[in-house]
Amino acid sequence: MSLLHIAILAPLLYAAVAGMFGLKVKRLHTGWIVLPLPVVIFAYFLSRIPVVQQKGGELYEIPWIPSLNIQFSVVLDGLSLLFSLLISGIGMLVVLYSIYYMDKKKEAVHRFYVYLLLFMGAMLGVVLSDNMMVLYGFWELTSISSFLLIAFWYHRERSRYGAMKSMLITVFGGLAMFTGFLMLSIMADTMSVRELISQSAEIMNHSLFIPAMLLLLLGAFTKSAQFPFHIWLPDAMEAPTPVSAYLHSATMVKAGIYLVARFTPVFAGQQVWFWLVSGAGLCTLIYGSVKAVKQTDLKALLAFSTISQLGLIMSLFGLGSVSAYYSGTPEALYYTKATTAAIFHLINHATFKGALFMVVGIVDHETGTRDIRKLGGLMALMPITFTIAVIGAFSMAGLPPFNGFLSKEMFFTSVLNAAKLDFWSLDTWGVLIPVVAWVASIFTFVYSMMLVFKTFRGTYKPKELMKTPHEAPLGMLIPPVVLASLVVILGFFPGLVSHSLIEPAMAAVMPSLLSEGEQFDVHITFWHGWNLEIMMTLGVIVFGFIIYQLLGRFRLLSTPLSDRFTLNRLYDRSLEAYNRGSRRITKIYMTGSIRHYVIYIFAAFVLLLAYSIVQSGGLSVDVSGFAPISFYEAVVIIALIGSVLVLPFVQNRLIAIILTGMSGYMVTLFFVLFRAPDLALTQMIVETVSVMLFLLCFYHLPKLSKEQVKPSFKWVNAVISVAVGIMVTMLALGAASNPMFTAISDYYLEQSKPLAGGKNVVNVILVDFRGFDTLLEIMVLGIAALGIYGLIKIDSGDEILGFG
Amino acid sequence: MELYMAIAIGVLFAVGLYLILSKSLLRIILGTSLLTHGIHLLLLTTAKLKTGAAPLLGEKAEAYVDPLPQALILTSIVISFGVTSFFFVLAYKAYQRLGTDDMEELRGNEDE
Repeated sequence: MSLLHIAILAPLLYAAVAGMFGLKVKRLHTGWIVLPLPVVIFAYFLSRIPVVQQKGGELYEIPWIPSLNIQFSVVLDGLSLLFSLLISGIGMLVVLYSIYYMDKKKEAVHRFYVYLLLFMGAMLGVVLSDNMMVLYGFWELTSISSFLLIAFWYHRERSRYGAMKSMLITVFGGLAMFTGFLMLSIMADTMSVRELISQSAEIMNHSLFIPAMLLLLLGAFTKSAQFPFHIWLPDAMEAPTPVSAYLHSATMVKAGIYLVARFTPVFAGQQVWFWLVSGAGLCTLIYGSVKAVKQTDLKALLAFSTISQLGLIMSLFGLGSVSAYYSGTPEALYYTKATTAAIFHLINHATFKGALFMVVGIVDHETGTRDIRKLGGLMALMPITFTIAVIGAFSMAGLPPFNGFLSKEMFFTSVLNAAKLDFWSLDTWGVLIPVVAWVASIFTFVYSMMLVFKTFRGTYKPKELMKTPHEAPLGMLIPPVVLASLVVILGFFPGLVSHSLIEPAMAAVMPSLLSEGEQFDVHITFWHGWNLEIMMTLGVIVFGFIIYQLLGRFRLLSTPLSDRFTLNRLYDRSLEAYNRGSRRITKIYMTGSIRHYVIYIFAAFVLLLAYSIVQSGGLSVDVSGFAPISFYEAVVIIALIGSVLVLPFVQNRLIAIILTGMSGYMVTLFFVLFRAPDLALTQMIVETVSVMLFLLCFYHLPKLSKEQVKPSFKWVNAVISVAVGIMVTMLALGAASNPMFTAISDYYLEQSKPLAGGKNVVNVILVDFRGFDTLLEIMVLGIAALGIYGLIKIDSGDEILGFG
Repeated sequence: MELYMAIAIGVLFAVGLYLILSKSLLRIILGTSLLTHGIHLLLLTTAKLKTGAAPLLGEKAEAYVDPLPQALILTSIVISFGVTSFFFVLAYKAYQRLGTDDMEELRGNEDE
């Protein structure tokens, strides 16, 4: 058990402690109990930075299910360190923020922190696990804890709907990913991601390679809200705002991106991977940014902006995978700039988006609404919040001097580089990449401006607000201030993270590009001179400003058409259709009529038997071994068949009973003819008693009415019955004519006397050789007798049978 | 002989099933007892008919018929008797209580 293992398991165990404590101690906000844990974990991970920088990583292993090759192995390399720092660092700030946001008198805060700690542990598990099965386990735990957190206010219908939706979509992707993991482990014969990467060259041509890649990406895209699986994220905004800030902007939605980055060494250099990752990313980027402009709810706006930014990071990882194609040549390092940009933007996004969510939470908390149309003119009332919002939004829009500007410039460089490539049909479609990126950036600029100016500028509308707005308490402001200052600091001093975090992370994403002892040299500069990227940014500002102005006047983009055909509606409809369809199908065959079920059973019997007869080459009947028929036997057979065949046409119950009895006596006669005296005796007695029983109840029985049914009813019955009769006849013939092996009965005949001391072999078998059958058969009779007694006696008790 | 027995068994099965598929409870009970007869004869027939004397060693015959299927059938007769009588009383009580013996009406409620 290493410290890394403890770092993963501590939040999970601490959840129980904090929950108990929160339940018992009401005076102290549970958040204060929770807060030290992420601080300690964050400090621990900070202390590992030099180790990772120098050694590249550490690996610890605990056997879990060794027989299935499942080890609880954890790896700390650049990539997992970066994510661990994000998770624990932002976790720490979110816990602090939620102490002021969640009212301990009105909310079940202990429950909130239990879920939050569960999530934190699960997320650390996802990013630190090396074994794919363990990774999957933690992955699903993040889905479950996210589900619990979204539905935290479970009395609201929208919360339950959002939680359900996110659960269905992310678990769907999770299961796909699980299948992909299984395929990978079959190909490489290992569960460890590290060993998988070392074998990536061998498995490249395996037939499962592409299916595994697609399934894995399905998992990543659903979790990271890529188009068209993004629909769960806006609905997840029903969660409390600290949750939105933590899970749905900074950490969980980046799990898919982590997955893509983690498996880049396996799949990079493939055309399918490149186009899927960057294509999905670019689609998501432009779709999210356009949709964000149309939102009126601040959290929905931020949700779509998160979707869009996740698409940006995803596309950068896709573009960066080109370098694996150039592996071994000097060009390779040139294209790793996209990966650098991706990792840098990942950090930047976590900082500014976390801050913006907290700002929105403050606005919501202090005014009682998040609707843009009701807000306005808060600048003078909430100056600190306004400042944070400006920093966050300007960074998101990619304006200098904030960190978003740097990563946006690097993003433009990467897309321009990609457009210059001339393989993988990039020479024809590659031109679109920078165009899409540029247009998306314009819309990003527009919604960032909307976020700030529609909320904090304009006219102050006190009548629309439920509360009198004022500046938030200090504790609530500290976390966003920390994040906003990080935005500024990283903007001016990107070198702070470039050597400590980005370089080791790059080494983890692209290990094959480095030779022994070499390190990536990431140097992010603030000013490149007057190049094309700067022109693009200026264009973004100009066009963004124009669109922002037009938006107020013409309400662009909100056509009725786009509201009618939404993916949400598609999701709702298909879920509904799925429910309705399965209900309808069930209703078709589950009719409640016993007759139908009997028909299914016997139709299956006939069809399966007929199929196997045809399949095995027909039935061979060998008549030679058959016994000859005598006159008496012929008479009995005719009497039996005759009495039975008349039965369906009989309308009188007395005659029906007597005919049935007659067939029983004919069977008795057969037993006599076929040398079975004991059977004949028993059958006669049983038949007599049965007929007597029938006659005894005769008076009480319903009259046999002529069945008022449609002809088809009778026809179906007749066809099925005749088919079953023919099948059974064939079965009997086949079994009687082809003995597969000699009977074991010689043993009974020989040993009956010496071993059991009896001459009646049948009786000896019943009580000596196979006495257990008889014992249990006696029990059956006993149970039947008791049952009948109960049925008759417990008569007054309507309430017992449930009719009372 | 086996050929004719096979046909008789087929008829027993066909009519038994036809009765089971009908609407009236009484017919269903009679159908089950026909099916039982069919199965007993099937057991007997598949073990070859008339290959010797009855399996009583006092007969001092050269060959005996197979005793094992007889033992199996004996067990089965008793069990089916128990089941049939229970089923019969159950049908009787159901008729008494519900006032119908029409299986198409005895479908239970929609939401069950």
